[in-house]
Amino acid sequence: MSAILKTDQLRVEFASREFRGTTTTALVGLNLEVQAGEVYGFLGPNGAGKTTTINALLGFVPPTSGTAHLFGIDVRQPIARQRIGYLPELTYYYKFLTAEELLRFYARIFGLSRAESDRRIEKLLKLVELEPVRNRPIKSYSKGMQQRVGLAQALINDPDLLILDEPTSGLDPLGRMKVREIIRRLKDEGKTVFFSSHELGEVETVCDRVAIIHRGELKASGRVADIVQPRHQNLEHAFLETIGYPIP
Amino acid sequence: MKTLFALARLTLTELYRRKDFYVLFILTAVVTLAAGSVNFFNDEKIIRYVKDLCLLLIWISTLLISVVTAARQIPAECEARTIFSLLAKPVTRGQVLLGKFLGCWLAVGLALLMFYAFFAIVTGSHEHRWPLGGYLQAIWLQWVMLGIVIAMSLLGSIHFAAPSSTSTICFVLVAGIVVVGPHLNTIALQQPQPLQTIAYTVYFLIPHLEWFDVRDRLVYGWASPAWQDIALASVYGAAYAGVFLLLAWLGFRRKSLNPG
Ligand SMILES: Nc1ncnc2c1ncn2[C@@H]1O[C@H](COP(=O)(O)OP(=O)(O)OP(=O)(O)O)[C@@H](O)[C@H]1O
Ligand SMILES: [Mg+2]
Repeated sequence: MSAILKTDQLRVEFASREFRGTTTTALVGLNLEVQAGEVYGFLGPNGAGKTTTINALLGFVPPTSGTAHLFGIDVRQPIARQRIGYLPELTYYYKFLTAEELLRFYARIFGLSRAESDRRIEKLLKLVELEPVRNRPIKSYSKGMQQRVGLAQALINDPDLLILDEPTSGLDPLGRMKVREIIRRLKDEGKTVFFSSHELGEVETVCDRVAIIHRGELKASGRVADIVQPRHQNLEHAFLETIGYPIP
Repeated sequence: MKTLFALARLTLTELYRRKDFYVLFILTAVVTLAAGSVNFFNDEKIIRYVKDLCLLLIWISTLLISVVTAARQIPAECEARTIFSLLAKPVTRGQVLLGKFLGCWLAVGLALLMFYAFFAIVTGSHEHRWPLGGYLQAIWLQWVMLGIVIAMSLLGSIHFAAPSSTSTICFVLVAGIVVVGPHLNTIALQQPQPLQTIAYTVYFLIPHLEWFDVRDRLVYGWASPAWQDIALASVYGAAYAGVFLLLAWLGFRRKSLNPG
């Protein structure tokens, strides 16, 4: 089976503007491989390079060396993004549009027909429970509501692969549960989900496999059951040990 | 194509929602009032002067609108980071650029139509003359000219950092091209050697926006330019807009957007 998402020796360096000649290395030869139909959790402490990996996968930051492929297509080609849905870490949408208009705009970008986009917009607004505010501009939404707009726009093209950067950040417990439910349902539909998270409990319950990175390096990857050894109490313990934090 | 229109539409919606159109209404009111004042004069010379002034006003305000809106587009997308959600879709940067161009161009087209409609109605009701063909030609030529300006501003917005400085620089540049550009060849003749060649080169490189200016013909009621001249001017305008867009695309394609 070929991987749907694959990075090969992915290295990303950021050249510093202020201090000439110095560079920050965000990723150090990262190898990831996500198979079709998996829910894959992407873990790591703050600044580990999760968002950078995702940015590279979407073609926003060019790899310093190494490659990244989606569906076997190099991410430098826009067509690699035809069948993916992406939820950014923070909400970046056109604030002057309403939720419905935003979804319609993206539907047009994907070349969906009018009837098809109507159908999907109805379904998605119901799914993320934004129906009551569908005609209000996004700038009047709360953070959690904006996060849900993000989830809806990520699903507009009925993607086969979802790349979510901290999908539950900013959501209330009910919202988190809903997101978990959505992820499970997508999995049942045969979709692949790749998401970063700091919520280890959540990751433990929904993920088939996880990767833990630290300072741009892959520290562990595999099924949750394989990473959590008998000597660990839970994933949190395993995580802390993996990133070299002394556990009592 | 669908993508381009979706992007253009987004630009129009934004302009509309940002209430930028209010500025337009105020400007239209000024033009209308100014044009309306011809009713108080009976002297042919003063009427011409007023009409000339109105057309100059239209000329300057559409230039200003073009530069300011076009220069803001891409920096604003980057600043609000909406560009990332957009580029995560199967959209190329070239399409984003073209879509923005189209949106701005359509927007100033609408503004032009509105300005000229008011101008025509107010002066026409006084003089009982409706040179529709002349107006259409003037609008078209000015629209093509603004296409060059928009493409130029987009190019500028990709190379200069802040949108505010881009607008200013572009506007100064455009003003220079309009005011100094036409006379650069005569100026060149009076210069010592290295300067003369430079001035000549600049004269041949810059787009001659003044060629699109047919205000005098409207004011004095001269014969309209021949259609083949208009076609030629359109081709000339399209070529310049195309070159600027190409340069903008080359810059934008390689630009690091630096997320995070
Ligand atoms: N645009 C940038 N310019 C310079 N350095 C950057 C840039 N983006 C990220 N970095 C650096 O790269 C490293 C990884 O950052 P990244 O945002 O990928 O972390 P993360 O794992 O997503 O963290 P978090 O959990 O806080 O979201 C950090 O050291 C950060 O300082
Ligand atoms: Mg992050």
